[in-house]
Amino acid sequence: MAPYLDPKSVAGKIPVAEMHVPLIVVGAGSAGLAAALEAARAGVKTMLVDENPVAGALMGLDVPLHFGQRMNAAVQNKERLVERLVDSNPGLAEAFELGIEVQLGTYAWGAFLNGPTVRTLQKPMLGLADEDRSWMVSFEHLIVAAGARDLGLSFAGWEKPGVMGVAGAMALIRRYKAFDGRRLVILGSGAPALEMALAALEGGLTVAALVEIEASVRGPADLREKLARHGVPLMTRHAISQARGATEVASAVLVRLDDAGAPIPSSEVEIACDSIVTAIGLVPNVELLDVLGCRLHFRSELGGYVPVIDDAGRTTQGCVRAIGDCAGVFEAKVLHPELAVAEGRRAGLAAAAELGAVGADAATALRQAIPSSDFDSPAAIHPYWQEWLRIEIAVGGWEVHVCQCEDVSRGDLVELRPPSYLKWGSSQMRGRTLKTLAQDGPVNQDQVKRLTRAGMGPCQGRRCREQVQMLLASATGVPVDQIPLASYRAPIRPLPLSVLWPHEETEAMREHWDIWFGIPTQFTPHWEMDPVSPAVPGAKQPSTPSGK
Amino acid sequence: MAERNPEAAASGKTGASVVIIGGGVTGLSAGWWLARSGVDVLVLDKGIVGWEASGRNGGGATHAYSPFFMEEQRLWPQMDELLGYPTEYQRHRIRVALDDAQMERFNRIAAIADGQGFKCDYLDRKNLAELVPLVGDNAVGGLFCHYGGHANPQRTTQAYAWALEDHGGRILQHATVTGITVKAGKVCEVVTDRGRFGCEILVIAAGPQTGLLAAMLGAELPLAPARVEMIVTEPVPLMRYGGVDGNGLYGRQTLRGNLAYGGGPHEWIEIDGMQTPPRVTTSLLRHLGRRLAEMFPKAAHVRIIRSWGGIVENTPDGRPVIDRLQDPSNAVLATMSSVGFGLSPATGRVIMELVRDGGCSFANLTPISLARFRGLPADWRERLGWIPVPMTMPAAADAAR
Repeated sequence: MAPYLDPKSVAGKIPVAEMHVPLIVVGAGSAGLAAALEAARAGVKTMLVDENPVAGALMGLDVPLHFGQRMNAAVQNKERLVERLVDSNPGLAEAFELGIEVQLGTYAWGAFLNGPTVRTLQKPMLGLADEDRSWMVSFEHLIVAAGARDLGLSFAGWEKPGVMGVAGAMALIRRYKAFDGRRLVILGSGAPALEMALAALEGGLTVAALVEIEASVRGPADLREKLARHGVPLMTRHAISQARGATEVASAVLVRLDDAGAPIPSSEVEIACDSIVTAIGLVPNVELLDVLGCRLHFRSELGGYVPVIDDAGRTTQGCVRAIGDCAGVFEAKVLHPELAVAEGRRAGLAAAAELGAVGADAATALRQAIPSSDFDSPAAIHPYWQEWLRIEIAVGGWEVHVCQCEDVSRGDLVELRPPSYLKWGSSQMRGRTLKTLAQDGPVNQDQVKRLTRAGMGPCQGRRCREQVQMLLASATGVPVDQIPLASYRAPIRPLPLSVLWPHEETEAMREHWDIWFGIPTQFTPHWEMDPVSPAVPGAKQPSTPSGK
Repeated sequence: MAERNPEAAASGKTGASVVIIGGGVTGLSAGWWLARSGVDVLVLDKGIVGWEASGRNGGGATHAYSPFFMEEQRLWPQMDELLGYPTEYQRHRIRVALDDAQMERFNRIAAIADGQGFKCDYLDRKNLAELVPLVGDNAVGGLFCHYGGHANPQRTTQAYAWALEDHGGRILQHATVTGITVKAGKVCEVVTDRGRFGCEILVIAAGPQTGLLAAMLGAELPLAPARVEMIVTEPVPLMRYGGVDGNGLYGRQTLRGNLAYGGGPHEWIEIDGMQTPPRVTTSLLRHLGRRLAEMFPKAAHVRIIRSWGGIVENTPDGRPVIDRLQDPSNAVLATMSSVGFGLSPATGRVIMELVRDGGCSFANLTPISLARFRGLPADWRERLGWIPVPMTMPAAADAAR
């Protein structure tokens, strides 16, 4: 006999998904596309979802990338952008031919599995949305190929329109052909920075300078030579002191560093530009994986927190795989898309085998036939990022905002100041800092967020997470890998209430909705409270009467 | 401000006159009241203070039905000053009704407050729209309460913790209780994975795990844990009063401008150990969004930026238990049965008095004593249907190695 279930509980109330697909791939970059094609060729009914083209309104919030308001009016015409994306990507045409359900301009804002505290989902579900509505799709297997996003770097004026991240800039230049700038200063000189510079030059833009704190350019020699041939000024042993401009970027002020990395007084040079691209690093997009409860670990050489996976991308949540940049991003992967393609193919085959479309042995043989490229193992990247941040603090001081959404300065963060709108000053509060907090136990980014609001805004820390993590580490004297990941929660894209809400609700959801648990005796006035517990059917009178 | 000595909590000095298990809002408030009255107190938490339901709730402080209502109303306006840290407490409460049934429910609650001398005004649609610009034509009316209020749960729990330390109390985080030693009918020591802590009196205020800890003392405290969810939007311009809820939602507009609301169905779960269960959210956030947009049609375009889940516990009648045990005679149990935050200034004082005097000077504790559950059938959760739903989908296995 089925047990009696509390009608006020969620049991049976979550609507079933609008649609079921055996395999969903999120992200149609090199890895995701390869995975979807491989699975579809094996006969798996597959859905491929990609949020590009992203709506102009989200781009304006610097979601999902740091676009720096440098998109032109072309981003408002979504249909034309879709055509542009399909035309520029032959793999997508093949996906359509293979019968893959391709959904472009579609946000994956959440994904949900049953687990220790959730048992009400009939199947694993992915939440999708476009500009008008949201819907749920259930799946057997999910492959997350969510790519990488920009590592934010704060300096004076970095909130001005025209300051952006390398992934955002690359998307506007290459993917959308909707970049609204002419003259760029690029910060960093590793592979992402050099690729960025070359893409800009290809697009007929001017690269006014490449800025590097180290003594020499970091990226591969062949790219360095190409750039040199274009005569791009390589400003090594320099940092940025500020972005100048009345309403948007008009110039970048650089400062020269001595051999110890200290800024040299009066060494400033001002370089005219309309865009400043932070290209010192990329961060794996693990937000959906964190929401799903996949175990993550810190691997500096892979760009920070990345999922724990096996050789076919399988995460600790067995039905979820992670491939491409979201599983780890490093220089060789930026330069050689075939690495991501191989990851995608392996994961696609493995999922196909688990769905019974290919025999397990055949899948293994096919997987082993995929060439694995041989590259040097990547090196830890955080020491380089931390050095940038250290120098930028030395150059720009503590009043520079680290969290743009919530106006939290570096100093606010380490001094643990409550937000300024509280207008709170007390001697007790002034005695509390990150250092004193650390004396009570290991510092946790989510706890600091609650107190300072850093990372709590509409961009949910996309621009500041890593900087906050590094500042917490340096202020409390612990290695950066000891600072836990600031958690992600659905919706991982900030979408309007009117989009996320379900247009139809189950009758049970409507009928039994209660503000709290709906326990009849919970809110009876205390003078009417019966000492006998009346709510439980069959409960006996207590053996001792109340002493009222 | 008293000298703080965090090192002592971690190493040197062990034990205290009063050890409190649970650094949630109830335990921290109790610890603060005790510390400021000069008692040597140590709060143990298995994680970070205020990290669970205490820091994940609507922040409401308007509980007219509670025996601690008068004290709640008396204390909140003083809390910023008493603690020395910001709580973001704001006075007043506005209830928005979208139909007559909702209005009727508010009137019932208002009558409970009225009987205790707390008044509210009826708002017709026009008055309501003046006070709450986000409501639409679908509202039938509302109530303006000249009492009640709300605060920021995260800031408040941390404020209790810091104020407790300022008065010489100590907090030890990341210490999980593994046992409690009882000798000659008295608790004498709490055993944790970070050492043993002697005490003269023990307070257990450990949320969903309070029952498991009580069982270590041979006491039966019936509790059922459940998971609940909330959503928060991007900031919108500040309304004159942030404490607005209705349409089956609880919550508030924060002082930053975000709309933070919860409500609707919960999920009953099992907890069999001291570890914190995953506080995930589900697609329920869509339904919360719908309710919110119904209440505030003029905010339908506003973006949801996050959701969060919390684990709370309920007793069979949904009412608190704050009680000092007969045996062992030096232990106090406290669970607020899923409604702890707003009442915390008062409950901390109740616990202090129970510890110090063995009774409460300002409220009748009989209706919330543990004795009322004597004779409760062992299968009470099944009888109420307060059980996890049978598995429909296998939990995802830990596959990667």
